[in-house]
Amino acid sequence: MLAPILHILPLATIVRERTLPVAGKVIARLDQRVSPTDVVAEANFAREHVLLDVARSFGISANAADRLIKVKEGDRLTQDALIAERGGMFAPPIKAPRPGRVMVAGGGQVLMEVGDTRVELRAGMPGVVTQILTERGVVIRTAGALIQGTWGNGRIDNGLMVNLIDKPDAVLAPDRLDMNRRGSVILGGHVRDAETLRAAAELPVRGLILSSMLSSLLPMAVQMRFPILVLDGFGTIPMNTAAFNLLTSNNGREATVNAEPFDRYNGNPPEVIIPLPVSHEPEEPHAYIPFSAGQRVRMRRAPHPGMLGTLTNLPDGLSLLPSGLRAPAGEVKLENGATVLVPLVNLEVVG
Amino acid sequence: MPTSLVQNESILALEVGAAVTRAVLFDVVEGQYRFVAAGQAPTTAEAPFKDIGIGLREAIEALQAVTGSKILAPDRNLITPSQADGSGVDAVVATISAGPSVKTVIVGLLNDVSLQSARRLAQSTYSRVVESLDLTDQRKPDQQLDGIVRSRPDLVILTGGTDGGASRSILRMLEAVGLACYLMPMEKRPMVLYAGNQNLANDVQELLGGHAGKLEISHNVRPSLETEDLGAASRELAGLVTKLRQRQIKGVDELYMWSGGNLLPTAYAQGRMIRFLSRLYESTRGLLSVNVGASATSVAAGFGGELTLGTYPQFGLGESLGGLLQFTELDDIMRWLPLDISPNVVREYLSQKSLYPSALPATRDEQGISQALARQALYLAVRALQKDFPVSVRASRTELMPPLDLILAGGGIISDGVSLGQSLLLLLDAIQPVGVMPILIDQNNLLPLLGVAGERNNYLPVQVIDSGAFIGLGTVISVVASANYGDQVLRARLTYGDGTEARADVKFGGLEILPLLSGQSARLSLQPASRVDAGLGPGRSGAIPVTGGAVGVVIDARGRPLKLPSDPVRRRELIKKWYYTVGGS
Repeated sequence: MLAPILHILPLATIVRERTLPVAGKVIARLDQRVSPTDVVAEANFAREHVLLDVARSFGISANAADRLIKVKEGDRLTQDALIAERGGMFAPPIKAPRPGRVMVAGGGQVLMEVGDTRVELRAGMPGVVTQILTERGVVIRTAGALIQGTWGNGRIDNGLMVNLIDKPDAVLAPDRLDMNRRGSVILGGHVRDAETLRAAAELPVRGLILSSMLSSLLPMAVQMRFPILVLDGFGTIPMNTAAFNLLTSNNGREATVNAEPFDRYNGNPPEVIIPLPVSHEPEEPHAYIPFSAGQRVRMRRAPHPGMLGTLTNLPDGLSLLPSGLRAPAGEVKLENGATVLVPLVNLEVVG
Repeated sequence: MPTSLVQNESILALEVGAAVTRAVLFDVVEGQYRFVAAGQAPTTAEAPFKDIGIGLREAIEALQAVTGSKILAPDRNLITPSQADGSGVDAVVATISAGPSVKTVIVGLLNDVSLQSARRLAQSTYSRVVESLDLTDQRKPDQQLDGIVRSRPDLVILTGGTDGGASRSILRMLEAVGLACYLMPMEKRPMVLYAGNQNLANDVQELLGGHAGKLEISHNVRPSLETEDLGAASRELAGLVTKLRQRQIKGVDELYMWSGGNLLPTAYAQGRMIRFLSRLYESTRGLLSVNVGASATSVAAGFGGELTLGTYPQFGLGESLGGLLQFTELDDIMRWLPLDISPNVVREYLSQKSLYPSALPATRDEQGISQALARQALYLAVRALQKDFPVSVRASRTELMPPLDLILAGGGIISDGVSLGQSLLLLLDAIQPVGVMPILIDQNNLLPLLGVAGERNNYLPVQVIDSGAFIGLGTVISVVASANYGDQVLRARLTYGDGTEARADVKFGGLEILPLLSGQSARLSLQPASRVDAGLGPGRSGAIPVTGGAVGVVIDARGRPLKLPSDPVRRRELIKKWYYTVGGS
């Protein structure tokens, strides 16, 4: 059976697509070296549309109205720009109610997009642009440490990482978030109260890397304007030791926290990228490999979610689990010394 | 191809679920189609695999390990047609339920007529309605337009107008949908299904043909105000959803090619089969099929050959669990727990499971939570569909299910359960059927695969079902009574073929089992107390033939609707007792 790999790597080549939510203009050039804050692409999109029914306003047919319409598709209009006029005292001209762009003109109607919003796509990570995705974005390649997590609140940012935990099961309390932490990416532990998130927002921080969080905080977490990345899941789960060791050993380095919405079918899980200088480029990590004895694995679910262990045995066929179910399973010697029988679908290989 | 030309072909049936991918082989054995074997593997639609082809090949390899014959060539492509050495298969059929819920905009004229038909049509597949438009919509046209654009739909279902009826209002709505499609990026434009006034077909083509991701024009779901006909439109919708999956998930294109186009959404194929069985067996009451899966809970009911189908992604046991509490109270999940588990643990379970939809319960506590969730999800799905049952079959007491001839259940949590008795109890708790009916388990989730295989070969489903592909749990007698706990409500006597008897004095609140093995038949005499209905009518006694099964003849006198004690300790003790009765622990 194939095992998904959870990447917790001290050094790897990392290749990521960065794309706009709508079609736009790519600013970055091929082979350009970018920093996380560089804008690589931009787009304008309208939040609203205004439909002006010229035919109805003038009480005439659509064809007749089309002859009176003075604008065409693509025209940028200022507020009160003339759209159509019929002449005469009782038919005032139709003007643009707000500045905007003509999307469609015809059939006796004019559709404008208004409330133009500019979207800037930042590189999000330092690296080299290796591919231009026409009108959509870029592919960036870098080398560094890579730590994947399980959940993100939809944001991305970067900053100096400051470690506020001394052990994997540490709890991040609001009083740890003093003014010295402003603008930092915080390596926290478990978060169990809204005050901690509020304190992080008030500083503000540039990111929170957590072991776990109570699910009751989810609605608040998604409202935060800084990225929150949960490494091991919901509930009270200590940080997996591989991530803990790697992150704490990189304390004080620049880190990108990519907690952007995770498209399960086409994207990558939320992740922390810590760029590192290299003399030669390491290999790109594999996404999956077959399960085999000796692999370091992470438990996704109870009895010890988040805990690491070593896969010691892969019994043939189906195994009877403590839950009473039968499934392909593996024996895992956990870090706490216990050996447990775990369904293979509850495991991921760490590497 | 005519059935006569393809009768003797071996068929590989593939099902790509949200969590599990199955490969099933049907072949001709002694002149009849049989289910030969199945193999399964985790589905690989999501990261890090991002290609269902990987899981499909793993599942086929698992099947090969069972049958010993080669289906995949050394280059891991399918061997087709079958070869003289026994390798390969002649044909492939497939179903898919993996994928995100289908964000759907429904459009109709009248809220309680065509819009309801559009909603029911959307419900026949893995839809989540994100926006709706009808004549009562007070928003300005540009606000309606923005509503559609912002909802970023995958699918738009347009209904409205009887054939030859209203057109101007529909045209206005068509314009809004057409403009919205035009404003969306080309690669994200929604699939559009038009199933309204047929006189407007040309206008629809003109207004939407160039702007929709793909446009299908189907028969009117409301040819007249009094008539609803979802059949043709749901077939077109199934095709559009398949096309959408091709766009969304890598590997679906290849599966479509392997199957020569015989690829359907799993729930549609399940419904198709239930309609077919309802017609074939001329079911006088109804057939009910439930499937509790990771992507959705789907319920199909066949009454007199007509299908009522509901697919509820919001009640799936995978990714959508994180949002389940939007549809139900935590206490309503907790009530089913046989163990003393804190509400917070259940709450965290919901969120954690949504991160790892394919993960399995590894501990007894998690198994308990998982079973409680399945009960509540199925309970909600059945109640949702019940509202759409034909008026003619609705029970006099609206909270009760109408009497059924058969219940057929599938889905991982039911078919892979700890014991068949536990699965039976889950079904009784969630569905709360009334009357007398056998309950079968579809252990290999064959029903949808038979539904799609039937498109290619209509002998296959009948022959496979007749060969005993499903596991009979037994016959259930569900007692409806207004009584106090402990009152005697029924005397039952089961007379076996050899003349021996088993008897039960059934008290209100009790669950009794009379042993009757699979393959055996017996005669069951029922003598209910006054006004108690044991399936023969209030207070009516009689004798009926019953068939056995893995559990036996089950008399469920726990009440309809089932009311659990409010005291948690007493409730848990009672649930444990019921588990024990059905052979669980």
